[in-house]
Formats: sequence, C-alpha cells, structure tokens
Amino acid sequence: MTETDGYILIALFALPLGVALLLMLLPSRERSALMAITGLSSLVLFGLSVYIFARYDYTSTEQFQGVVAWTWLENVGFLGERGIQFKVGLDGIGSAMVLLTGIVILAGTWVSWKIQRRTKDFFILLYVLVGGVYGTFVMLDMFFFFLMYETSLLPMYLLIAVWGSTRKQYGAMKLMMMLLAASILIFTGIFAIFTEAGVGTFDMEVLYAAEYSTTMQKIFFPMIALGCGTLGGMFPFHSWSPDGHAAAPTAVSMLHAGVLMKVGAFGIIRLGIQVLPEGAVYWGPALITVGIVAALYGAISALQQTDMKLMSGFSSVSHMGYVFVGLGTMNVIGMTGAVLQMFAHGIMTALFFLLIGGIYDQAHNRDITNFSGMAKQMPLWAIFFIIGSLASLGLPGLSGFIAELHIFVGAFRSYPVVGGLAILTAAITTTYLIRMGAQVFFGELSPRWTGLKELTWMERAGATVLVLSILALGLWPAPWIDRIATTLAQTIPGVSL
Amino acid sequence: MSDLNFNYALLLPEIILAATGGIVLLSDAFRRELKLGRNMLPWITVAGAVLATLASVAQAGIVEDFAGIVLVDAFTTFFRVLFGLTLAVVVIGSHEYVAKQIRGQGEFYTMLLFATVGASFMAMSTELITAYVGIELLSFSLYVAVSLAKSDPRSGEAGLKYVLLGGLASAILLYGLSLVYGAAGSTDYATIAKNLSEGRDGMHAPLLMGLTMVIAGLGFKASAVPFHMWTPDAYEGAPLPVTAVLSATSKAAAFAVLLRLFGGPFLPAIADWQGTIAFLAVLTMVVGNLIAIQQHNIKRLLAYSSIGQVGFMLMAIVTISDASTSAVLMHLGGYLITNLAVFMGVIAFYNQTGSEEIADMKGLAETNPFLALVIAAGLFSLAGMPLLAGFTTKFILFQAAAYGGYLWLVGVAVVASTVSLYYYLMVIKQIYVIQTDGSLLDPQAHDVVVPRWRLTWTGYLTTATLLVAMVVVGLWVAPLAHAADSAAKALFG
Repeated sequence: MTETDGYILIALFALPLGVALLLMLLPSRERSALMAITGLSSLVLFGLSVYIFARYDYTSTEQFQGVVAWTWLENVGFLGERGIQFKVGLDGIGSAMVLLTGIVILAGTWVSWKIQRRTKDFFILLYVLVGGVYGTFVMLDMFFFFLMYETSLLPMYLLIAVWGSTRKQYGAMKLMMMLLAASILIFTGIFAIFTEAGVGTFDMEVLYAAEYSTTMQKIFFPMIALGCGTLGGMFPFHSWSPDGHAAAPTAVSMLHAGVLMKVGAFGIIRLGIQVLPEGAVYWGPALITVGIVAALYGAISALQQTDMKLMSGFSSVSHMGYVFVGLGTMNVIGMTGAVLQMFAHGIMTALFFLLIGGIYDQAHNRDITNFSGMAKQMPLWAIFFIIGSLASLGLPGLSGFIAELHIFVGAFRSYPVVGGLAILTAAITTTYLIRMGAQVFFGELSPRWTGLKELTWMERAGATVLVLSILALGLWPAPWIDRIATTLAQTIPGVSL
Repeated sequence: MSDLNFNYALLLPEIILAATGGIVLLSDAFRRELKLGRNMLPWITVAGAVLATLASVAQAGIVEDFAGIVLVDAFTTFFRVLFGLTLAVVVIGSHEYVAKQIRGQGEFYTMLLFATVGASFMAMSTELITAYVGIELLSFSLYVAVSLAKSDPRSGEAGLKYVLLGGLASAILLYGLSLVYGAAGSTDYATIAKNLSEGRDGMHAPLLMGLTMVIAGLGFKASAVPFHMWTPDAYEGAPLPVTAVLSATSKAAAFAVLLRLFGGPFLPAIADWQGTIAFLAVLTMVVGNLIAIQQHNIKRLLAYSSIGQVGFMLMAIVTISDASTSAVLMHLGGYLITNLAVFMGVIAFYNQTGSEEIADMKGLAETNPFLALVIAAGLFSLAGMPLLAGFTTKFILFQAAAYGGYLWLVGVAVVASTVSLYYYLMVIKQIYVIQTDGSLLDPQAHDVVVPRWRLTWTGYLTTATLLVAMVVVGLWVAPLAHAADSAAKALFG
C-alpha cells in the first residue's frame, strides 16, 4: 500500500460521515434521491473496501501500511511534540475487518430501503455508525481510535428505540447503557496507558514501543479486555446482545452483530494484546475460560429459544466465544482463527438477521414453532438460510469451517480440554440449527402463511453478496490467512507459532 | 504609593460593559422622550458585549497589572472573551423570551451587564478583597435577575432562596478570607504565596480554617455538593436566560477564582486542601448525576447536570498544574458552548410551547427537526459523546487528572459521566422516540404529516452557531486548546 491508499483509508470513514451530513440537508420527501445517494455510497464503500483489502501487501515487513498523519493537537498541557495525531494506517487484521464492513453495509443498505417511516433519519444514523466502525479499524491514534469507537455506539440507542420492534425501548436502553458502562473500563485503561508510557503522545505506534511495568500490564489488560469484550459479547456481559439484537431493525442487527461486535474483539487486539502483551499472556487462560464458557452457554441458550432473532443472538454470543478462545491461546494459529472467525461470523450473522428480517416484516412473527413447510412457500429464503446454517455449524468448504479449524488447532496446542469443549459446542450448534431447519423449512405448510411472498429483490441481492462471501472465504481462504497471520506473527510480542 | 500603575485603558472592557449598563438603564427610563422602541435594549446590550470582547481581544498579549489589584494577562483575556461572547449569545437568543416574560427589561439587561463585569473582575483580580467584590457584584446582579420573571411565583421564591443562602455563603467566604489574611499577612496573591511557602509558626490552624471556609464559600458559588442546595431551586425559578447565565458565566467565574487562588497563593499549602477538594469532587459528581435522574423539569435536570459537571472540573483543582489548568479551561470553553446550545434550544422551545417539562418535548423530532437536533446534540455533548465538543474536552480533562496521579478519581468521574448519559437519553427519548401522540413509531407504516413550526431568525442564528461551534470544537480543538494553554501558562509562568 502506498500513501495514496492512506487517503482512501480516510475516505472510508469520511465518506459515510459526509453522506450523513448530506442527508441532513436533503428534504425528507426526496425518497428517490435518498435511495440514489445511499445506494451509490454503499457501492463505493464496498468497492473501496475490496480495493483496500486487495492492496494490502502482506509480504511487506511494515506493521502498518498506508500511514498518513497530521498533528492535531501538540505541545499543550500534558501533550508533547506528537501529542494527538490524526493518523490512519492499516494492518492485516484491519484489512480483513474493512472488507467485512464493506460487505455488510452493502447488504444492509439495500434491505433498509424497506423502512417507510423517517427513512432519512434512519440512514443518517446508520451512516454515522458505519463511519465510526471504519474509523475504528483504521485509526492509529488512541484518542481518535476511542473517538471513532464511541461514534459507532452513539447512534445505537436511537436506531433501536425508534425503528426497532419487540420491547425496543428496553432493548435499546440496556444495550446502550451496558456498552457505555463498558467504555468506562476502556477510558480508564487508555488514561493509564498514556500516563504509564509517559511519552506525551497517543500515537499507537509509539505506545506499542513504550515500556510498561508488568504489574501495570496485569492490572489494566483485564480492564481493556472486559471493556472491549462487552461490546464483543463476552460472557457474562453479553446480556445486552440477545435483547438488543431482537429489538433492533434488520440492518442494525446486521451491522451490530456483523461488524460492531467485531470492533469489540478488534479493540482487545489493538488496545489490549498489542499494547500490553505481558498482561495478555498472563490473562490468556482467563480469556480462554470465559470464551469457552460463552461458547457453550450461548449454544445451550440458543437451543432453548423459539424466537429466531433471540436464537441468532445467543448463537452470536456462542460464536464470539470462539473468538475469545482464539485470542487467549496466544499462538498464531489460534489468533488467526479468532480473526477469521470475526470475519466469518460477521458475514453469516448478517445473513441470518437479513433473512429473519425478510420474514418478520411480512409475518410479524418469528417464532420457530409457528412455522413449518416454509421451503415450499419461500424456497429461496430457505436455501439462503440453510447455507448460512451450514456455514455456522462449520461445514467444510464454507467460511465457518476455516475459522473454527484454526481455533480448534490453536486451542489443542495450548489446552486440549478446551479444544474438546469447543468441538462439543460445535455439536450443540449443529443441533439447534438442524432442529430449527427441520421445524421451519419442512413438513406441512401452515395455511396461515400461504400469503407470504418470497424475499424482495433487494433482500435477494443482499443475501447473494453475503453467501458469495461465505463461499469465498470457505473455498479460498489464503488471502485472509496471509494477511492476518503475518500481521500477528510480526507484531505481537510474546506470541508463539 | 506612587509606583502603582493606574493605566485605566487596561479596564476598557469592563468600562464598556458598565457604561453599556448605564446606557441601557437610562434609555429604558427615557424611552418615550428618546422615542426608542423597547426592542432596542437587547441590541444595545449585544453591542456593548461585542465591543467589550473586541477590546479584550485587542489587549491579548499584554501582561500588566492595575494598581496591584487586578492583572491583565492571557488568563484574564480568556475569561473576558468567554464572558463577553456568552452575554452576547444569551441576549440574542433570548430577547423574544425577555420581551414576553420579564418585568423591567432595562433592569434585566443592566443586571446581566453588571454580572459580566463582576465575573471579569473575579477572573482578573490578584488580591482577595477585589476578588470578593467581584464575586459580590456578580451575585447581587444575579439575585435581582433571578426574581425578575413576570408571572411565575417560583421566580420570587428562587430569588429569595438564592439571596439568603448566597448571603450566608458570602459571609463564610469573607470570614475565611480574613482568616487567610491573618495567617498569611497579606491580601495580595503573590505575597500570600511567598509567606505561605516560608511558613509561619502557630498559623497552621487559622490557615486551615480559613482555607476550609474559602472552599465552602466558593463551593457555594460554583454549586459543589454539599453547598449546592440552592442550585436546582434557583435554576428552576429563574427566567431561562438567567439560568443560562447562572450555569455559564457564574460557574466559569467561580472557577476562574478557584484557579487563581489554588494555582497561586494557596499552592504552597496544597497538602492542606487537596484531600478536601478531591472529596468534594467525588461527592459533587456522584450526587449531581444521581439526583438528575429523577428530574421531570428540564431546568432542574440541567441544574443537577451542571452540578455534575462542576465535579468533573474540580478534579483539575485537585491535580492543579499548568497541564490540568489548560485542560479545565478548554473543558470550560467546550462546556459553555454546549450548555448555551441546550439553553438556547430550550428557550426557543419555551417560546413556542410555554413548557419546561421534559415530557412535553415528545415528538419534537417531527415538529421541529432542527431544534430536536440542537438539543439532542447538546445533551450528547454534555454526556461526552464523540464528534461533539463534550467528548474531546472531557477526554483531555480526564486524562489531565489521570496524568496528575489521580486515576482513581478519574475512574469515579467516568462512572458518573456514564450515569449522566442515562438521564440525557431520557430527554432524547422524548424528543426522538415518542411521537407527538405519545405512541411509538411503527417502522412499516407510511409517513404521517405532522405540522411543523419554525424558530425566529435569532433563534436559528444562535442555535445554529452554537451547534457548529460544538462540532468544530469536537473535531478541531486546537485553537481553543492553545488559547486555554496560554492562559494556563500565564497563571503558572
């Protein structure tokens, strides 16, 4: 990547924020203009994301590529020469996450055109969210990292409380307060890191190189990990996730479970493992324990749900559990698996939420026990759902398999028991997905649902993009693994092969 | 005493403000003879405020004292500009409100002008008596202004409460100052600093008592818990523009005095007061933010929220240094902009609906999307959400306290700040989530047309300017930060 690509990194978050601003000025009657602007910008964002992913050069030895920086505030108060910088740059993990965001926002924009009430406001908030997410993945200054992180949370409350369904006020408030309470820990952690480093700058590259005492690392790594982990759905602070996702409108669930939860896991890597590696090694076993408990607990809870969205929400908790297991192994295979799982789960959970939204908007019902024989009524819907389920349960050839394989191998290397439990979880996952498939898709078609129509063209297009991504990672994972594994091996001190 | 410097040009901004006060009062009295419309008064006031601001900007770069009692330096200039702009914004944004709701417009604007003069003197004084006179000038003007509402019985009650409690606080402050004088042997800041650092035998107990009383007295003016009791009542009863001034000018001026005192003459005795102020800070941010949750009236909510903000700013006094002073001045700037944006929004809302209840804001997003945006952005900024001033300045303020070695205090502050988001969200919920008929939105149904209303042009002007300023400070804080930093450096040399 060259410096010119750095400007594209800036465009990744400047474009959505600019679109949000543009929409504010647009009269709300202009629905076709709204669709044109959002449609075009989602395509451009997707294109830029793919371009950035392709341009990232994993053979290079530089940790961050496409670095562009301006000083933003320096020599003021406690800030030194470099102070706070507006600095962007990308590593291999970030490149995978940027691609994920591009894919999910493409599908998410298309399905959101269904919304009829205050559509403009919805898109303004949605694009602020997207801008924040992109920003978090590319910012290399801790101040701006956290600014973008909070920006992605900012619109959440309104998006859910206004346009959501099913106890939306409760879900929205719970989600917002839990996530912001978690930010307390991140906030405090950042302050501690800055103070301990004592170099007067929030520049992450400088902070990575700074020395931190072992005690300090042991105290503050868990704060960062819990703070970011809560956004990543870490057990036992995951409880906002099923309620929030059940209440959220389709595109918000897609982006939230698909991308924003990954921002949490990404934060653990960026602020936690990369800055405080000794702390990470010390707390690795705890991370694994929490992860495997989450994986099992989420899967067992999903088994008990009859609301499709709640099932998908708990399934997210379970799959994010794998991510924490992978991160806790502190070896390259396991951690590569964690990042792959972030990508794979992001895509498939977005697909699930898109499909559940597709049926809920018509039926106003998403109870598994109320449906049967839907494969006859909505064959495309059923096919997409089954592909998503197969990826989720880890069928070889699809994305989930690649990710989980890495995590299992990594876990077996460190803790064989955990590897065994992870495989047990995969079996439970299979059970709840197959059980749902058998109930919903097959059997007699209930006369109550004969009026249901197949997915709209927009939903089909969105689902197709997501399914193609699942296949791409499943069949040709090399581009992802190259980028992620080299970054991890190069940059994380204390990581073993 | 012939070596004293009597350069009256140094006091030009204050002279302009006081003269404008006189002009406003006289033109109100001789309105018929002069054939002046009543609506001229706010514009004369604004002209005075703007001229005073320009005069203070023109004095930037000067470091010169006047008769050894006040000092014009970057610190003074920072506050003068802040106060001048606040006054201008409040008057422009609220003149319709004042025309309808206030008894005696001439007195009202005069009081605001005199209050600003008092605030300026608080910021520039380098001597205890002058500082005290400045405080009293500010307080007396506001006692009057608080009780000037035409038809609201709460206004008189608020004025009475404020004047009684304020008088008590002034007495305590004055007693404290005299004890400090006894212990330190001077009322001049520099001499106090010198004497305290040398230490005098047997003077520790009176000094400790004096400092405690000074903290209590100034704590009252800044509404720090447990000296905050007057705040919610005075805020609720006062006319809205006065509430805005109470929460902006009055608070900032109290901090100017705190910074000058605790960053200068009292600094040698830091061990004697640091713990007390840390305790007050914790109490203030916790109590302020917790009680705010239960409020139904937007003014009371903002009163408690402003108490919470004081708690955050007190952290900078605890860890006093040029870094934390620079941070708290920056935060003060951001807080003033944000707070004024909310107040101007609420004033515009009151002008249209005549209500101050949070529940009456329901559906504002559909009846006036612009005002909804301003109020919501202001509340998010107060809560410290990003892209807005609140995030940036709060981040730097907290980091400064952490850098000063008080990470635990910052931990409490971050928790309190998160609690504050909850009650701001309750207001935002009324504005955006609840519809005008009290129902929730069904995303599948088609749009219904709700009749919209518009602000007056001055309403648009003030709210839009403040909204833009909020975003600019949030994303490009450097100019404000450098101004704050040079002010802090002026204080610490």
